[in-house]
Amino acid sequence: MNNPVAQGIADFLKHYPPFSSLAPADLFYIATQSKVVYLEKNQVLFRGGDTTHPDFYIVKDGAVGLSLTSDAEETLIDKCDEGDILGLRPFFAKNDYLMTARAREESIIYGIPIAAFQTYVKENPSVLEFLLESFASQTRNPYDKERSGKLLAENTVFSDQVADIQYFQPIKYTRNPITANPEDVVMFIAKTMANGSIGSVIIQQDQLPVGIITDRDLRSKIATGILPITAEAREVMTSPVITVPDNISVAEAQMIMLKHNVGHLCVTRDGTDNTPVSGIISEHDVVAAQANTPGVLLKQTRRATNNKELKYVREKLTDLIQNSIDKNIPISHISNIVAEINIALTRRAIELAVEKIGSLPPVRFVWVNIGSQGRKEQLLMTDQDNALVFEDVEPAQYETVKRYFLELAELVTDSLNKVGYEFSPYNIMARNPQWCKSLTDWIKQYNAWINTPAEKDIEISTLFFDFDFIYGYPAIEDTLTETIKQNIERNKKFFAFLANDTLKNPPPLGFFRQFLVEGDGEHKDYFDIKARALEPLIDAARLLALSMGVTEITNTYHRFKKLAELEPQHTDLYDECAEAFNILQHFRTEEGLVNSSNGRYLNLNELSKVDKVKLKNCFQPISDIQDLIKNRFSLTYIN
Amino acid sequence: MAFEWLTGTSLPQFWKNYVALFDDEKDGLKRYVVFDMETTGLDFKEDVVLAVGAIAVKGNAIEVGDFLEVNIKQEKFETQSIARSGILKDDNEKVVEAEGMIRFINFIKDSTLVGHNVNLDIEMINQALKRLDLGRIKNPVMDTNVLYSRFKGLPDDTQSTLDELCDALKIDKSERHTAWGNAYTTALVFLKLKRKLRIS
Repeated sequence: MNNPVAQGIADFLKHYPPFSSLAPADLFYIATQSKVVYLEKNQVLFRGGDTTHPDFYIVKDGAVGLSLTSDAEETLIDKCDEGDILGLRPFFAKNDYLMTARAREESIIYGIPIAAFQTYVKENPSVLEFLLESFASQTRNPYDKERSGKLLAENTVFSDQVADIQYFQPIKYTRNPITANPEDVVMFIAKTMANGSIGSVIIQQDQLPVGIITDRDLRSKIATGILPITAEAREVMTSPVITVPDNISVAEAQMIMLKHNVGHLCVTRDGTDNTPVSGIISEHDVVAAQANTPGVLLKQTRRATNNKELKYVREKLTDLIQNSIDKNIPISHISNIVAEINIALTRRAIELAVEKIGSLPPVRFVWVNIGSQGRKEQLLMTDQDNALVFEDVEPAQYETVKRYFLELAELVTDSLNKVGYEFSPYNIMARNPQWCKSLTDWIKQYNAWINTPAEKDIEISTLFFDFDFIYGYPAIEDTLTETIKQNIERNKKFFAFLANDTLKNPPPLGFFRQFLVEGDGEHKDYFDIKARALEPLIDAARLLALSMGVTEITNTYHRFKKLAELEPQHTDLYDECAEAFNILQHFRTEEGLVNSSNGRYLNLNELSKVDKVKLKNCFQPISDIQDLIKNRFSLTYIN
Repeated sequence: MAFEWLTGTSLPQFWKNYVALFDDEKDGLKRYVVFDMETTGLDFKEDVVLAVGAIAVKGNAIEVGDFLEVNIKQEKFETQSIARSGILKDDNEKVVEAEGMIRFINFIKDSTLVGHNVNLDIEMINQALKRLDLGRIKNPVMDTNVLYSRFKGLPDDTQSTLDELCDALKIDKSERHTAWGNAYTTALVFLKLKRKLRIS
């Protein structure tokens, strides 16, 4: 039927991906199924936590902001304007919306039913890829992204395929699961489950599965008092149990679980309950099969029993970073995830080391990551910098206690080294007797740094002001932080030296706005992104944050964000610095992934024109923030 | 003859169906039909309908697929109005008035009718229905002119044109010129006013 309204919408859609790759007749059909939605300014289209709509949306006029709400604070993630799509979640995930979409101005948007669009997604891989990328990044138009070389793009396709294939491969599951008889008393079954840390037991009679007892049954039937703890399995079990053959794929297993709303499937020889039990598939198996998700990596870290398994996690983590970068996930999100996994790895390494020594630590202690790990900015494999603080002990015991912790630190740093974190070149590690000492000694150390800052000491000490307590006894941490906070308050001398140190690296542009590159050495004509761009920002953030008494935030991005909050008159500059930092980190990470290096040196000739401009734009905030520091700490008087 | 009921007393089936719709209680989202007509003039006694465009609105959205466009064959040909309404090309299917009314009635069902200065349009339809020996339109009616006056707090008898409304509400006027274009533009106006006046 003739429908000029739909025709108008189809004419609009054809200009924008993914619609641009569809035939006119298909577009017209999609348009007839669509809706035209009006949003008043600030009207909410959907809210994080809402059930997903049957439609996804494309903006016709106006602008819609996407934001994440955490701790009652809305953080704007992205802004969608004309031609941008949003609300893709129902395509890929069954659960509720994560983000909130709110009109930033009066907007007209088209709602397109997912059911009508699904067929085109299946038939058209480029449409699927576009949606996946958009969904992952929620950037407005992934096609705009300047890809850094073809290789990376090909990698993306490859890794996507791997993920797809994984999904359709046979699932790995527990063979020869623990079973029980219908006459068994439920208390003993529960004990078996607790001892083996398993979530379910299959009940079988004459080797055939007749039911299953899961945590859920124990919770709803025993703990509520409906049945006594001495009940027999037959009364408690859920029956019949859902059975499957042994060669089903991850996808099928997941589907069957969803269909029957169960968390466990019983594997039998022919897939019916008329043949003996051969295994059990749990929800965890389904999740684990889809690998490379942060949750699974964290779980694997916690379950690791040796360095090899930890190393495997670190390798997987690199894949995860690569995928996240390809999918344009914001660098600050990636950093958070990577930091969490790095921390989990170190924690596990400490636990394993304690087991290896065979005796518990003599007193309480904390393990501190410093430097880039302390700032949670370590994306690529770089050095480990750490320290150890233990509780004060009697002078007589001091040496014995210290020896224990040095041994512990040696084991931990060795195993981190095996996992892939290089030893610190300056030996700033807990295994170094200088950086493994009691709380009082540490307080003295910090006092020395803060009150008598000499040029040489400052060089080292800046690292120690980016710390993250990752393992141990919180009170030690609090005491130390409090001491630092009190000492630095209005300590002009300390800040002057710190500021002087910060300004050592001038902004990286020459007089004619050309890049300053390395003049000699191995990296001649390369751009040192770490020393010339990242470090000035990191140093500036540290100095300004400390001078405002902000000791609890160590991440550069978050430091700038906090500063923007504390000093409204400079909000713009601080926000620009935070943004510039993220962009520079992105450059460095991509470079590092391509060349399997630490990404420190960029070859300017390999950068596209757009990338160069993007990079240069990051330098203005560096120059501005250095001016601000010069004025604030009156550096002219010192030099 | 195609329209036997014209001579008989019994009402045609489509009209019976239409009337019956108003007996039932409805639940779910209320359906509005926003429409506009091209006519030969402004005198409902003399002039006739040339074209009808109508589109449905539910909740905060226009349902694009729920759309009707009818062009009506004219016995009388009036060049003046043709020049004015721009229906020159004959690429659209044209139907006789009776068929046009059947399609319109079947489309609107029991929804609330919305139009700009809607009373004239309703009267034109009532006249057309009268020529078919049928009763009057039974649907509830809303007028965007009245809604706008209420939203702005203007006196009830203020007359604003659709163009003025579009300018005030920042709505694109480029689709106006045809019945369906006016209907669609009016639908956008209605969506905005509906939201601002919190009409369910």
